[in-house]
Amino acid sequence: MPLMSRRSFLKTSGLCTAGAVAATYLPDQFLLWAGEKGLAKTEKITTYCEICFWKCGAIATVVGGRVVKLEGNPLSATAKGKLCGRGNGGIGLLYDPDRLKHPLIRTGKRGEGQFRKASWDEALTQIADKLKKIKEEHGPESLALFTHGSPTEHFMPLLQGFGSNNFAMPSFAQCRGPRVVGYELTYGDDIGSPERLDMANSKVVVLIGSHLGENMHNSQVQEFTDAIGNGAKIIVVDPRFSVAAGKAHHWLPIKPASDMALILAWINIIIREGWYDRDYVAKYTNGFDKLAAAVQQYTPEWAEKETDIPAAQIMATAREMGLHRPAVCIHPGRHVTWDGKDVQRSRAIAILGAILGTWGREGGAYLATKGSFPAVPPPSFPASNRPTLKKGGFPLGGAEGVTNAIREATSIGEPYPIKAWMVTGTNLLAAMPGQKETIEAISKLDLLVVVDLIPSDISLYADVVLPECTYLERHDGLIIGKGRALSASIRQPAVAPMYDSKPAWWIAKELSKKLGLEDYFPWENYEDRLNELCLTYNIDYDELKQKGVISFPDTAKPFITADNQPVFKTKSGKIELYSKELEELGFEPIPTYEKNEEPPQGFYRLLYGRSAVHTFSRTVNNPALNELYKENELWLSSVQARKLGLTDGQYVALQNQEGITSNRVRLKVTERIREDCVYLVHGFGQLSKGLSKAFRRGADDQQMISSYPVDPICGGTGMRCTFVKLVKGA
Amino acid sequence: MPKYAMVIDQRRCIGCMACIVACKAENNVPPDQFRTRVLEKTEGQFPNLRTELRSELCNHCDNPPCVYNCPTRASYKRRIDGLVLLDKKRCVGCKACVAACPYDARYIDHNKGFADKCTFCDHRIKEGKEPACVATCIGKSRIFGDLNDPKSPVRLALKGHHAELPLKSAGTEPRVYYIRRFGTE
Repeated sequence: MPLMSRRSFLKTSGLCTAGAVAATYLPDQFLLWAGEKGLAKTEKITTYCEICFWKCGAIATVVGGRVVKLEGNPLSATAKGKLCGRGNGGIGLLYDPDRLKHPLIRTGKRGEGQFRKASWDEALTQIADKLKKIKEEHGPESLALFTHGSPTEHFMPLLQGFGSNNFAMPSFAQCRGPRVVGYELTYGDDIGSPERLDMANSKVVVLIGSHLGENMHNSQVQEFTDAIGNGAKIIVVDPRFSVAAGKAHHWLPIKPASDMALILAWINIIIREGWYDRDYVAKYTNGFDKLAAAVQQYTPEWAEKETDIPAAQIMATAREMGLHRPAVCIHPGRHVTWDGKDVQRSRAIAILGAILGTWGREGGAYLATKGSFPAVPPPSFPASNRPTLKKGGFPLGGAEGVTNAIREATSIGEPYPIKAWMVTGTNLLAAMPGQKETIEAISKLDLLVVVDLIPSDISLYADVVLPECTYLERHDGLIIGKGRALSASIRQPAVAPMYDSKPAWWIAKELSKKLGLEDYFPWENYEDRLNELCLTYNIDYDELKQKGVISFPDTAKPFITADNQPVFKTKSGKIELYSKELEELGFEPIPTYEKNEEPPQGFYRLLYGRSAVHTFSRTVNNPALNELYKENELWLSSVQARKLGLTDGQYVALQNQEGITSNRVRLKVTERIREDCVYLVHGFGQLSKGLSKAFRRGADDQQMISSYPVDPICGGTGMRCTFVKLVKGA
Repeated sequence: MPKYAMVIDQRRCIGCMACIVACKAENNVPPDQFRTRVLEKTEGQFPNLRTELRSELCNHCDNPPCVYNCPTRASYKRRIDGLVLLDKKRCVGCKACVAACPYDARYIDHNKGFADKCTFCDHRIKEGKEPACVATCIGKSRIFGDLNDPKSPVRLALKGHHAELPLKSAGTEPRVYYIRRFGTE
């Protein structure tokens, strides 16, 4: 048994009695003695993080059955041996006293938050009985799954085995969907997650509305700071002087929602001045002449009027890119659902990268590894009689499904009724705009099951709440990394589940038994399945457990060379500057500029973003992270604050054009934002009383976004088109 | 004998606060108390702005006022490596050191009653590891090492860069250096 060190014990005893008194300070001699007697042992358990979706490899130090420290796994490409603040704060989630502890069955009205404790058997039986009845009355397709992250792997077989293919992930229509579609249309391939950017070697890094750094995507931020350290020119386009803008050589404080004008002007200048990569364009792209003709109208002088950015600065930044191509990293963005024209804007960004010859080039974007593991054939699910609703009416709705399409179908009951939702790994009320519509759709349901770790707002509406245990207490699917090398990462429990919480795989499997679907879960426990997968993948399971990550070096050829030519899976086999596919669907084959509406007198455009220590709404109650950012602030320009007679630190409320008023929020009066917009960190203003630290702290941006344009190509919701005014005396 | 020091390359700090969370977990720092922090200061007027992100912690001064002002000799400067440390058994929680420190680096542990502060993760140094904040620093902004070793990361970082000391005029001779601008090399 490994000896524990004296200070580890001190730490453990301190944690055990957190909040208690000076009695935790024990004489050193006693601790030494305790250590020698082996009263507690120290273990290192590898896993990957789930405080966000970056899936960083982590190593948990466990002393005497308590997780005391989390560190980044040096073998992990997403962590590179380091964890961000949130990853370090994973212990806060594990030991958050507000966690869901038992299955709950609703006793009050939906939304009131009145529940009673139930046993797992009772809760699952109730769900299964309801589902069977719904299947009988309305058909199996009347069950829908809203999901995000690791529970997806466990609940999808349940949904599909049940006979429905109605699932959707907010990560598509409320996040990066338009980018996936835009890049697939242009390059025949998405740029991946993590994005395959060779940022550390870039000479120019362009961030358009991306506040990397506040948006803590671990390895990408590490590469961003490497780029800064290497002296790369940083160009940041943001109405707000973000942390990244503070590092920039060129900060372009653009008029919000006019980004397309800037990008098209850049494309025009780069073509006009001959700064594009002629050979690359000739060899790998098609439609260049049509593009050149189409963008001629977008001069820098014109763009200045649209964007508020001086023409000279637009020229200078275009020149910077042209001079340093192809080592130019134009970040494709991640949360790109801004104005409902987002596929086209993503296309424009993709085209800008293409004419600079950045795809497959050092300092630009690297090519995906061609290595892969042997495919595991999926089980044969029953065929649906009725078509899936997950794409809505959107021609390129995507594999991940359009949440708002399923929500709408639920509300109106057309083309067929949806009577049950399972919600796993996502707080839908904070994730989707139009909270009223979400609540209305829920009112049409016979059954809403929420699987969550904390009593999030959506759980208040559930008929049955099932407590999932945290990532530090469970197995999950292997993460297959397809970045610079093929890799596999494991998640395994550092400690046993606390309270009466259970892993998602267990919940799905137990439910399958009650529904007669156990054939889709042909293993006793998840470790058996992982073992089996490892056999198929030819990975040593014990080695994987010990290392956490196994990578296969030399499985990637990241850059274009004479004998490593890129493959574009577009119809033409080339980069499509001119998209025939879009033309055939009735959309603009080359991105064009269409002006967005501007806020009326007295209103500001509501922008929202991230804090480096929070993920969505899921960390706001985490004690380790909450103490660093307890409630969000409303950024307001100092000029506007003077005009309105408002001072820094004062509380105000937001009111949108439909008269919806937010919870009170503290003002941050700053020089760091334009006068025509205000800014909030997303995820605050939670209404669930069970979140004792986050309850009604700050304002909820999503509550304000009650009407929004929808991208006709992919169904993405435009969430930066909300105008708010400030109400004093809140 | 080693002379441990830290260099904060402010250009690479992204304000993610990983250092703070890692430090608190590593050292079991009570809720709402901190051994290190990241401050943000913006100067100028829209759109001509400059933001400075600045990590602060105990400077392990060579001329430490906290040590001189400690009535019980609980605070001391360790001869062997110059770390400013605290013998908790001797500390009576009188706050003299908290008041004396010009960097606001100390606090009275509200669970345990004694003074506490950054130790440069003395226990990790012993195991040959970097302090927790340095090990997890996403931007590689925090750099740790031995000033007496010409090949140490701190010496390499200081070479060719203009580094500043916090409140140099206070005469405390801090061992945490700040790089704010690009160097000549």
